[in-house]
Amino acid sequence: MQLPVRSFDAVIVGGGGSGLRTALELSQAELKVAVLSKVFPTRSHTVAAQGGVAASLGNVEEDNWHWHMYDTVKGSDYLGDQDAIEFMCRKANEVVYELEHFGMPFDRLPDGKIYQRPFGGQTRNYGERMVPRSCAAADRTGHAMLHTLYQANLKAHTQFFIEWMALELVRGADGTVLGVTALEMETGEVMMLQAKATVLATGGAGRIYAASTNAFINTGDGLGMAARAGIPLEDMEFWQFHPTGVAGAGVLITEGVRGEGGYLLNKDGERFMERYAPNAKDLASRDVVSRAMATEIKEGRGAGKEADSILLKLDHLGEEVINKRLPGIREIARKFANVDPVKDPIPVVPTCHYQMGGIPTNYNGQVVVPKDGDAETVVEGLYAVGECACVSVHGANRLGTNSLLDLLVFGKAAGEQVIRDLNEDGRLHKSLPKDADALTLQRLARLDGQKNGERVSDVGAEMRRIMQLHCGVFRFPELLAEGVRKLKEVAGRAGRTEIKDKSKTFNTARVEALELDNLIETAVASLVSAEARKESRGSHDRADCPERDDEKWLKHTLWYKDGDRLEYKPVHRKPLSVEPFEPKARVY
Amino acid sequence: MSEADRVRWHCRRGLLELDLILARFMDRHYEGLDAEAQALFKELLERPDNDLLDWALGRSAPADRRYQHVVELLRAS
Ligand SMILES: Cc1cc2nc3c(=O)[nH]c(=O)nc-3n(C[C@H](O)[C@H](O)[C@H](O)COP(=O)(O)OP(=O)(O)OC[C@H]3O[C@@H](n4cnc5c(N)ncnc54)[C@H](O)[C@@H]3O)c2cc1C
Repeated sequence: MQLPVRSFDAVIVGGGGSGLRTALELSQAELKVAVLSKVFPTRSHTVAAQGGVAASLGNVEEDNWHWHMYDTVKGSDYLGDQDAIEFMCRKANEVVYELEHFGMPFDRLPDGKIYQRPFGGQTRNYGERMVPRSCAAADRTGHAMLHTLYQANLKAHTQFFIEWMALELVRGADGTVLGVTALEMETGEVMMLQAKATVLATGGAGRIYAASTNAFINTGDGLGMAARAGIPLEDMEFWQFHPTGVAGAGVLITEGVRGEGGYLLNKDGERFMERYAPNAKDLASRDVVSRAMATEIKEGRGAGKEADSILLKLDHLGEEVINKRLPGIREIARKFANVDPVKDPIPVVPTCHYQMGGIPTNYNGQVVVPKDGDAETVVEGLYAVGECACVSVHGANRLGTNSLLDLLVFGKAAGEQVIRDLNEDGRLHKSLPKDADALTLQRLARLDGQKNGERVSDVGAEMRRIMQLHCGVFRFPELLAEGVRKLKEVAGRAGRTEIKDKSKTFNTARVEALELDNLIETAVASLVSAEARKESRGSHDRADCPERDDEKWLKHTLWYKDGDRLEYKPVHRKPLSVEPFEPKARVY
Repeated sequence: MSEADRVRWHCRRGLLELDLILARFMDRHYEGLDAEAQALFKELLERPDNDLLDWALGRSAPADRRYQHVVELLRAS
């Protein structure tokens, strides 16, 4: 081993909402905890969350966790694990009140209780009508959550390694995870961080798509690290899309624009939604609109140079209405689409927003993999939380504001599990294998030594284009199959990336090349899993198999990097204490 | 060490809109600024994402007038 070693009880990779919640649990138990983050923790992508966090507090109207659980199971299109969903919905109130005690500035009702607002898919009495279930801090819920948790961690003496990028998981001969290797961006030094418990909390990987609402840092590093360490990725075919993001940029255009009378055109200027949804037209549900847009693009009626976008027209509303009822839209359109919507339509595309799949875990945050006939054997020493994990509570489709709840509940649960694990066996550091740093050093040396290689930006752009076209919001069998072939070629190119700048300090080119490796693992996992799943369920919507097929496909996908192989495992249909919710047609 | 490299990494944010605006700012304006304006920009990068975005989109302005020039450049990026 060449690398210097530092040792901790727990190393947490990721300083977003989930990583910070786990870290807090551990530091409060006086464990020695290191949190690594590529960026300052409060600049993690969690800051983008505005809508709020779901919990059946019942502060505005009667509510309970059974109803929340039903909504979540149904929303997941029955792919969610019902034990984990029950666990999450039952713990929701507790973790929200805890966050309140840590100092979270929730919006309040006149009586001082936490205010709650309604959000899509939240209902009372098993689907009867909407109920307000989301707790928010103005439109800055994510920011307030990060800030609150970061401050609490400072108090609890969590050690932060800011602007450190984890590179690889380190496993012992028996498979136990022993820590990570990481690159300090400021110095370019690489270090081995040894840990009794390693927690991946690296967030989503939305940057695999050309159109994505995710920030640049969302490159699926934890997924890539897991995949390279032999751990499968679960349900990666499930990605949530928003119908209207600015083409080429990803910035969201609120659905309010269509609500106010804006409508969609193809390149021929045709208002095509009239064909797909004669009554609701442009106000049809998200999936109907997204599907129609994708079909128009596939059939060659997309607008723009590459014929890959749709036009959102609102100039007929008039300047006054646009300014008054859609504040901010002109600024967004001018800045990110380079058009003034008072005169010209905004080019938009269905835009990737949220990753339902991830590293397979149980509801205690332990990473679980199939072994010797057991579908869920715990990987000793490894845990995963947040958007990079697949517990699975979101199944085939996530409900709005359930994701921040997921961070809190499973962030805490994973922390509690780590404490149990460390106490139980009085776990000591196991000795590191001699070749613990081999993969890391080899990857870095390959990159630095590459001659006549590929440009990172070219390979990345090609990957994003393929994912968008071949594995987007609405999926066609021939495009999926062709996409798999093309993406494998690109994956080969990603193995030959070259960087010109070899400097040590804040070398963004090197970081981006390393990130690309992780994006590629995630993209291949997603496309291969999507091609194989011959049904439509939740966000996985196939033109050739429009129905859900519970007989064949009510199961979780597992993709292995080794051999690019798929396996499947059963869905947990049995909750912890209540009767199972049996699959029904999902109508809203 | 190139200070611009450090600054460029600090332009990585939690909000996509800021990633886009700050990358353009770095490409178009940063090198051309004098040392004082560069220092002010670096101070701005220490601010929370939401405030920075509000300023860059002109929804509000920082109370401290010293930032005005840099914020105008951000708004134009
Ligand atoms: C625009 C938008 C709005 C949203 N609104 C809501 C909402 O209202 N309610 C809701 O419930 N959900 C919402 N979501 C989803 C939710 O915000 C995310 O799922 C959640 O914040 C993810 O948190 P996380 O802790 O898993 O990851 P993140 O917050 O993304 O944090 C990941 C962390 O990992 C670090 N990291 C990554 N790779 C490495 C590495 N290699 N080495 C070291 N550190 C690394 C990063 O620096 C970062 O600190 C929204 C998402 C988007 C895009």
